[in-house]
Order: sequence, then C-alpha cells, then structure tokens
Amino acid sequence: MSVGDQPGLVSRIMHDRTNPEKGHQRDPENRFSYTEEGTGPVYDGVHYHQYDIVIVGAGGAGMRAAIEAGPKAKTAVISKLYPTRSHTGAAQGGMAAALANVEEDSWEWHTFDTVKGGDYLVDQDAAEILAKEAIDAVIDLENMGLPFNRTPDGKIDQRRFGGHTAEHGKTPVRRACYAADRTGHMILQTLYQNCVKHGINFFNEFYVLDLIMTEVGHGKKKQRRPAGVVAYELATGELHVFQAKAVVFATGGFGKIYKTTSNAHTLTGDGVGIVWRKGLPLEDMEFFQFHPTGLAGLGILLTEGARGEGAILRNADGERFMERYAPTIKDLAPRDIVSRCMVQEVAEGRGAGPLKDYVLLDCTHLGAEVLETKLPDITEFARTYLGVDPVVEPVPVMPTAHYAMGGIPTNVKAEVLADNDTVVPGLYAAGECACVSVHGSNRLGTNSLLDINVFGKRAGNNAVEYVKDAEFVPLPHDPAGAIRDLIEQLQASTGTERIASIRKELQDEMDRKAQVFRTEESLGEMMEIIVGLRERYKNIAVQDKGKRFNTDLLEAIELGFLLDLAEVVVYSARNRKESRGGHMRDDFPKRDDAEYMKHTMAYLTGDPHSSHADDHIDLGWKPVVITNYQPMERKY
Amino acid sequence: MSTVTIEAAQTRVPERTTETTAVEDAPPGSFVITLIIRRYIPELDDEPRWEDFDVRVLPTDRILDALHKIKWEQDGSLTFRRSCAHGICGSDAMRINGRNRLACKTLIKDLDPSKPIYVEALKGLPLEKDLVVDMEPFFEAYRQVQPFLIASSAPPARRERTQSPVARERFDDTTKCILCAACTSSCPVFWTDGQYFGPAAIVNAHRFIFDDRDEASQVRLDILNDKEGVWRCRTTFNCSEACPRGIEITKAIQEVKQALLTGKAS
Repeated sequence: MSVGDQPGLVSRIMHDRTNPEKGHQRDPENRFSYTEEGTGPVYDGVHYHQYDIVIVGAGGAGMRAAIEAGPKAKTAVISKLYPTRSHTGAAQGGMAAALANVEEDSWEWHTFDTVKGGDYLVDQDAAEILAKEAIDAVIDLENMGLPFNRTPDGKIDQRRFGGHTAEHGKTPVRRACYAADRTGHMILQTLYQNCVKHGINFFNEFYVLDLIMTEVGHGKKKQRRPAGVVAYELATGELHVFQAKAVVFATGGFGKIYKTTSNAHTLTGDGVGIVWRKGLPLEDMEFFQFHPTGLAGLGILLTEGARGEGAILRNADGERFMERYAPTIKDLAPRDIVSRCMVQEVAEGRGAGPLKDYVLLDCTHLGAEVLETKLPDITEFARTYLGVDPVVEPVPVMPTAHYAMGGIPTNVKAEVLADNDTVVPGLYAAGECACVSVHGSNRLGTNSLLDINVFGKRAGNNAVEYVKDAEFVPLPHDPAGAIRDLIEQLQASTGTERIASIRKELQDEMDRKAQVFRTEESLGEMMEIIVGLRERYKNIAVQDKGKRFNTDLLEAIELGFLLDLAEVVVYSARNRKESRGGHMRDDFPKRDDAEYMKHTMAYLTGDPHSSHADDHIDLGWKPVVITNYQPMERKY
Repeated sequence: MSTVTIEAAQTRVPERTTETTAVEDAPPGSFVITLIIRRYIPELDDEPRWEDFDVRVLPTDRILDALHKIKWEQDGSLTFRRSCAHGICGSDAMRINGRNRLACKTLIKDLDPSKPIYVEALKGLPLEKDLVVDMEPFFEAYRQVQPFLIASSAPPARRERTQSPVARERFDDTTKCILCAACTSSCPVFWTDGQYFGPAAIVNAHRFIFDDRDEASQVRLDILNDKEGVWRCRTTFNCSEACPRGIEITKAIQEVKQALLTGKAS
C-alpha cells in the first residue's frame, strides 16, 4: 500500500474527527487531572499535558515570549531543536534601534526607512511600534546580559546597514546595535540563558505536527479556538497532546523551499504549514527576500554588516556597479534592490569567475584588523568553505534565499487573524512565521532581530493577559488521532519515491523559476512542476521503520509542508502582476499602486488533497494601513 | 489498507540501496570515498557496529554533505543531528577520524580521501542512535553554573549598563561558545567521571565570572571549587583542540583556577 491509496493525507489533518459540540462532555480527554508541573496521564498511547500557554518554537521570538510568559503563567516551550540550535543564532549583523549612541537618529526616521524599504506595503501602524519599541528591546537585551560591542565611552556601539538612513533618506545612519558579526548568536544565547534563569519548561526535540482547533459557542458567537497542539517526541516516537488556553507560534521561516538559501536544513515552515492546513489564511507569501551576499554556490550568509563597515560589490571589470543603480547610498541600498542589480550584472555578462556567474564582495581595503575583530565569522566562512581569504582577495557572492516577509497574518498584538480583521482568540504568532506586516514586500536588514524581540515580547505578554480570564477549550475526542494515522501510513508505505529526490527537484526548480526574477511563464511552469511533485509525494517511501529518533519520517512530513508552502508562494506570485520589493516580475517591471497596493491573503478551501492549486487556494486582498507616509517612488 | 503496524515494521532491517550515480553523471572533479560509520539502531542492534558506505563527493564537500548523501540516496535510517550546516548551531559535533569536529565544518579535502573516513558519535554521553547522543547530562552541567547575568543593582532607567571596550573584550573569547559539546566529550576526565562539569560548563561560567556587569562571580567560583569542578582539569588541551569556534578553553579554565586562588576575577 502507498500513502496515495488513502483519501487525503492532508484532509485527514484538516478535519476534526468528532463534533465537539456534541461529543466533548463524554470524552475522557477532558476529564484528566494534571500535576502541578502540567503532566497528565498516558491515555490510549498518547501523553497528555496541560499548560496555560504553549509556545511552539524556541528561537528568538519563542524564547522572548517565554521570558514574559513563564514567570506569570504556566508555560511550556515546545521545540523541534534544542533551543540554542535555532536559526536566530545564524543572524550576524545587528539589531536596529534609534538609540542615537553614535550619531543623531530618531525612531520616526527608522519608521520611515522601514516603510520605504518595504516598498510601501508595510502596515505603518505596526512599523511605528517596531521602531518605537526597538529602543527598549535593545535595552532589555543588554540588561539581560547581552554582550554588545561598545563605544569608547561604554555605550552600545552601532553600525550602518542597508536602507537605514538619517532624515528620510539623506545619508546612511549608524543604527544597528551589534556584537561583532555574531549578533544573532548573542541574542539566542542571552535569551536561552534567561530562560534557564526563569526555569522555563522546555520540551526539546518535540515536533509539533498539529494545532487542535475546537468550535465553541452557538449561533453567531460560534468560533474556532485553539485547544492545544499535538507533538511527536523524536527520542521515542510517541505522541503528546498539550492542552493550552493560548498557543503562540514562533516557528521561523521556510527557506528550504529554495536550493540556494542561508536557511538551516530545519527551516521547513512546519508552523506556517500547520496553520495553513487548519484553514487559516497566509499573507503576502509571494514576498521572499534574497539576501545579496550569500557565498557563491553555497548560499551561506555573509552579513550586510560587511558593506556597513565599507565593503564594496564589484563586477568582473572591478566596477563598483551599485553606484549606477543607487547613486546616494550605493552598496547600502536595501536587499531587494542590491540582489536584483547583482543578477542583472551577471545576466548582462559582467559576472566574475570562470563561468561569469557571480559578483565579488571586496573587503580587502578594510584591513585585517576590522575583518578579524568586527567580521570574524564571515571571514572564517569564506576561508573555510571557499578557500578565499577576504583580507587579500574579494569573495564570490550571489543572492541567497533568506527571509519570508509573508506568513501567518497577525495584528499588532500578535493575535492571529482568521480573515482581514477577525481575531482567533488565544492564538498568537511572532517572528518570521508571522506577518504583522512590518516588513511589507522587503525587510530591511537588522529589522528581523528587532521583530522577534518586539513582537515575541508582545505575544508573550498578550497571551498572559488572555489566559487570566480564559478557560481551557475542550479537546476533541482522540485529538492525536489524525497525526497517528498520518505517521502510521507513512511508515507502512511501500511507496517508491525518495523524499530527497522530490525535495531536490522542488528546490532546484524554485531557484530557476521563482527566485529573484519571475515571469508569468516561469511561475506557470513552476505550478505545473509542483502538481507533479505533489502527485509523487503521495507515493513517498520512508525507509526508517523505527520509532526512536526517526528523522527519516520527519523529513517526509517536513517535505509535505515545503510542498504546501511553495505552492502558496508561487500561486500568490503569479497573481501579483507588478514588481514590488522582493517580488520582481520581469514581465511587469513597475510597481502598480492603483491595482496592487494591498496585501495578498491566501486561503485553503475546497479539496486540500488535490495536486492542483486551483482546487484549493482562494486568493483575496487586505488593505495596507497607511498613517504618515504616502507611497512615493523608491529611489536611493 | 495494509495492516502493517509500526511495531511489526520496525523489526525489518531498513533497505539499503547502493550508490546508483552512473559515472557519466558524476560531477567533474568528484570521486568516491568510503565512510565507515559506527551504527547503532536501538531497536535492532545489541551493540554498535561499523558499517561502510561508498559515496561520491567533491573535495569541497563537507562530511555533513557526505552523510546527507548516504541518508538521502542509500539508507534513510542513518541518523544524525544537523541544522545550520555552517558551524553556528552546534548540532552536528561528532568524532571524525578520532577527533571531535563539526561535520559541517570538516571538508573532505582537509582529510585524506584515499583512506576510509571513520565517523562515530561523541564519546562520554549516552548513545541513543547512530551519531545521536543524549545531550541532557551536558546541558545539566551547563545549567548548574548559573549561566546568566546576575546583577542586583538596577541598571539606569531605560538605558544600558555601560561597559568599557576593554572590559567587554575581557570575556569575548568565551561568548563564542555554541554548546556543541565537542570539548566536553573530548575530555578524558569527563569520559571517566561523568560528574565532572566538563569544559563547556566552565567556559560558560567564565563568560560571566569575567563580565564586569555581573555580581555573582563568587557564587560561580564556589560552584566550580567543588571536587567535580575546575580542579579535575588535567590540562590535556583536548578541549581547546576540539573547539570548532577556536575558543582557548584550557586558558579559560586556568583563569578560573587563578581566580579561585587569588579570590578575584580580573
């Protein structure tokens, strides 16, 4: 038997197995008692737990939420990795805040830069909060112990970064607070240290695979609310149900839909995929950021902080080509612009190297001392992985898939939205998996480490407020049943398709057809490819039949999420016939505010199991919040 | 549908497919290496066993790439941890040719590809499956040194505590730790005495003992003055050699010892 024989792998996850309105009074799952620590019984092979707040994901956003929630409410953090393995740790260059420690700056300028950087698709009320609360967010981290680099007078030092300017675009400003090129590492370590300090409950290497939603209320007041999550314990292969009053998703991005990416192997968009499969919308999924300076051929990130310190991009002729495209701020233009210019240079035959397929990041004039003290990690990456020493020779670079601007729509309280304005009570999202939207169609560098801290904290605090008055929502009967079925089918499958071969084709083709430049034709071809891959996925083989540490099984499940999300990305991209921020349509090269000054909202409807997106994706729109800044042409 | 249960299925030996890449498909400059991996599947094996795999690689490939090629093309049951794949997350520390290294920072060209490459799990931590060990004892030792800033005096309202660049530099080296356990699991003292805190915990204590914003150095020094503390270090330098972040671990441990003797961290 293969998985494909079963009607609807995905639909089995989607549909509640019982009608809770009728059934829940009888269900034993709602009559369990729990210890003070939150541990319940093992019933029908499933471990039960109960917490006020469950946070899914232990990167920056999840742990920042936990630091607020843990001391005030019974909280558990469930993470598929040990917390310190999270990809927040790979962030390098800095965290933006208008501290004005080294030059004049204001949060209002920061707001403007964020809005303009996002090509005006940013919700301006959210950007204002981001920039205003940035200052406290950095101070919080310093007070928690984060070892920032310091100015001679002992304050937090700041450096330049792409798109961050003084006086609304006049000149680059030093706004990024940093710790060498290890800012993300220091944030992750500091947050984990403080979680240890507060005694936060972690469930490490537990993969959350389902969000339990229960319908409550009657008539017009009827609504779906989160009742908890279902998790798979990697060490044992056993299932756990965590009942919770509030659930916070902080699961990060999904860069692994692409081949060339700065993202970790584990960034497969599980959280975003779970929310999608529950019938909740995803916002602005077509906007994916390609970071200009990935190590050529590898995608490993080299921080924009290098250019912040003065490094220059050059083509094969040694020309500083960014001068032609962005005469004012040159190499410090926002990432979408720099990436496009690099691809264009290569396309027009000015690429460097034997195949003329990359450009060069020239750091040689910075000197060994700046490289070794302010950019030590990227210096080592270039030496280790390319055998290139940045002190004496320029480093081959090309854009690398880096960050999802889109994701689970939330309001500024980090509450998840079921449509343009209806809140799902008790459900929160923060960080890269969420779309507030503070990044619009293109995120500025250093605004992501900021986002996780500002909105992670908000998610934690608002969840605490919510659970003060909220009751546990009843669990449906056998809440882990759908996941148990999914796992049993995958393990019993006699399919012939290799997980890796489907995933590789997805990633290779996404790089070819849905990367920096896109056209109607390339996106249409990609949709067809995804149809074929979804068909093949139904016949997938899991070789490892064991229960303990079965990463083969989890790779199969993760691939399902990647396929779902790639489909939404491409489908949304085809529908936006304009170029804006990270979404560059070669066939529609201009921004079109009259038609497209609005967020995309994608909904899963119809037959989720069909391989054809037309059978199950509905696209709608959501207005952009504009407060102070009317859209203008974006020049740098 | 078939009624094969997980329990029944797991007794089957995982299928293994041999390398299928035809030579004409081989990327230029690639060659075949042999990885000899110490396997242990708890449901099948009473004892760990060595198994060899031939895999086609490029000289610039990492050991992690070779492991992935085996898992993805030959044997899906091969199990190891990994995430970032460029030496930042600390997931894939393992023993490669008898040395603790990160698989994602070890390039084939830096080994001798004409000889088989031996890969096994870290020593000194309980083996769970293949290259996966139980990390809990490691993190428990870390938590015991109180690895977080302790400062009772309030920082200036809505401002940072100030710290001079020199004071910041004092503990810079030990802030680089990624908790990969390569050091601790290379330490002969840790192998024979599971109670010893191990180098990584001491590194993380050092990071706070020498941070002039912290006010609890004495607390941590007292913890490390324990019989399972810094005095068990025999300065074999295994830890410093194993550290993928280049932290001078033995030096950090010596500095903690020095602070215990003089009663002050400076």
